[in-house]
Amino acid sequence: MPINKSMNYTGIVKIKYFTFASKNNPFKLECGKTLNQVTLAYEIYGNAKNIDKTILIQHALSGDAHAGGRYSPEDKKPGWWDAMIGPGKTFDTDKYYIICINVIGGCQGSTGPGSINPDTGKPYGSSFPLLTIRDMVNAQVELINHLGVDKILTVVGGSMGGMLTLRWAADYPDRVISAIPIATASKHSAMPIAFYEVGRQAIITDPNWNGGNYYEKETPAMGLAIARMIAHITYLSDESMHNKFARRLQDSSKNYQFSFETEFQIESYLHYQGTAFVSRFDANSYLIITKAMDYFDLSYGYKNLAETFSEVKSKFLVVSFSSDWHYPPKESKEIVTALRMNDVDVTYSEINSSHGHDAFLIEFKKLGSLLSGFLNNLEKEISDV
Amino acid sequence: MYRHHNKNRSDFEIITPLVKEKSKVLDLGCGDGTLLQKLVNDKKIVARGVEISEEGVASCVDKGLSVFQGDIDEGLADYKNKSFDYVICIQTVQVVRNPKKVIQEMLRVGKKTIVSFPNFGHFMVRFGLLFKGIMPKSKTIPYEWYNTPNIHHLTIKDFRNFCGSLDIKIEKEIPMHNTKARSFSLGKLWANLFAHNGMFIISRK
Repeated sequence: MPINKSMNYTGIVKIKYFTFASKNNPFKLECGKTLNQVTLAYEIYGNAKNIDKTILIQHALSGDAHAGGRYSPEDKKPGWWDAMIGPGKTFDTDKYYIICINVIGGCQGSTGPGSINPDTGKPYGSSFPLLTIRDMVNAQVELINHLGVDKILTVVGGSMGGMLTLRWAADYPDRVISAIPIATASKHSAMPIAFYEVGRQAIITDPNWNGGNYYEKETPAMGLAIARMIAHITYLSDESMHNKFARRLQDSSKNYQFSFETEFQIESYLHYQGTAFVSRFDANSYLIITKAMDYFDLSYGYKNLAETFSEVKSKFLVVSFSSDWHYPPKESKEIVTALRMNDVDVTYSEINSSHGHDAFLIEFKKLGSLLSGFLNNLEKEISDV
Repeated sequence: MYRHHNKNRSDFEIITPLVKEKSKVLDLGCGDGTLLQKLVNDKKIVARGVEISEEGVASCVDKGLSVFQGDIDEGLADYKNKSFDYVICIQTVQVVRNPKKVIQEMLRVGKKTIVSFPNFGHFMVRFGLLFKGIMPKSKTIPYEWYNTPNIHHLTIKDFRNFCGSLDIKIEKEIPMHNTKARSFSLGKLWANLFAHNGMFIISRK
């Protein structure tokens, strides 16, 4: 695909904010509680003239609204899905109006446990309500309405982003023209719940956690770092760990040190991941969001998953990765099965990759061309109508 | 992509006129989607496919086709009875683990089923084993014993008997010589001797 010189996308992007709800008109949550004020951080790529071709990108657990571009020309690190966003790329900024929103409960601009509670003037901390994936979607709906978007051409995301995508398609069938859930599942099975619970326990048992009220003090950095290290292992695969680290030592010139200092490269890598995460993520957000993922069961309240999809009108592209054991391909197939029982137009692809769950942030070439093919034909179908 | 390795465009030429306009078609082992795309263009069908290879699926998506990446049997189980006008399986039944189950499932989800396969009853195949004493080859069976994807070997007559024993209605039998559909004027025996491929349109009685 040729890279066009784009008039409306410089690659320099800005984070924006939208605030809604009030004491008289609070935002209602599934747990029964309410929020009197909700702010969403979001970014937009592409031109508003393409608003009838809106793509809503959903981020994963540790992601944020910064999916593409850079904040300044000097900015070293572009958005987390920048390889997919831009002129001539899969999410073509010349053709589409692309939105990415930080979920509520998060800590990168949207209202979360670290935000100031307008009623008290202090951070929510322990008083922040527990959320669900549906709450996150319902908050997004407010912003989507505010932006003047009626129907969304594609809702797309990996991992938790895939859950948000599925929830959108199931709850707002008239507004979602197509959905691309990637490396995801229709529910958290016991295994991801188990891993996330170990992570949560690491945070909760960190003495600095203090019941969630730590914003003016030391943060539970150790607990959060351990939580991240555990989770990160589940995003890799046996093969990718072997390829990247095997049993290699940090200093190959040395023999075993017989100490608990960092010796193996994999140890060093995990420590780095843990520390890097602590610098950009809030422990309470981690608790709230992982719990929302654990609560996620698309079929909850329905007879079964097929019934959940009974109103679905979107065209689907479901993508899994062969070595993903966090959300294995069979869980994607369950989604496909339930969709097909409703005669939904669905394509399923299992991309062969050794990168485990993280493949959706790595396999840009395969993923990009698959999604481009899907989007190009979608456009044709819509213009035919 | 072994499943469509052996597929001739000729199968596609023969199938196209058999398919009604605007019907719903499922192609099992659809490869890169060439047949489905032809049917979409020529007959305005609603197309679905099942394909094992990632590359095949990507090509299908490029063509705007909706396909399931996986084995044929898992590609069928979710569909309701008679959800397709046609279920097509070109040059593939001989490579699946359980052809009987697959064909029964095809008959369940499709009003009509179109199956084609290489005919092991072809005289060259018979001569090969009889006179040369080696596993036979023909135009449509070019493999060595150690690299053939064909794990089941059947003849046109075998397939007729199979349909008879399972009470399957044979709506049409199309023996194919070289790459063309051909009527064998001397009858069924001759088809089994001289056809390289057999194609059948079958349905539940």
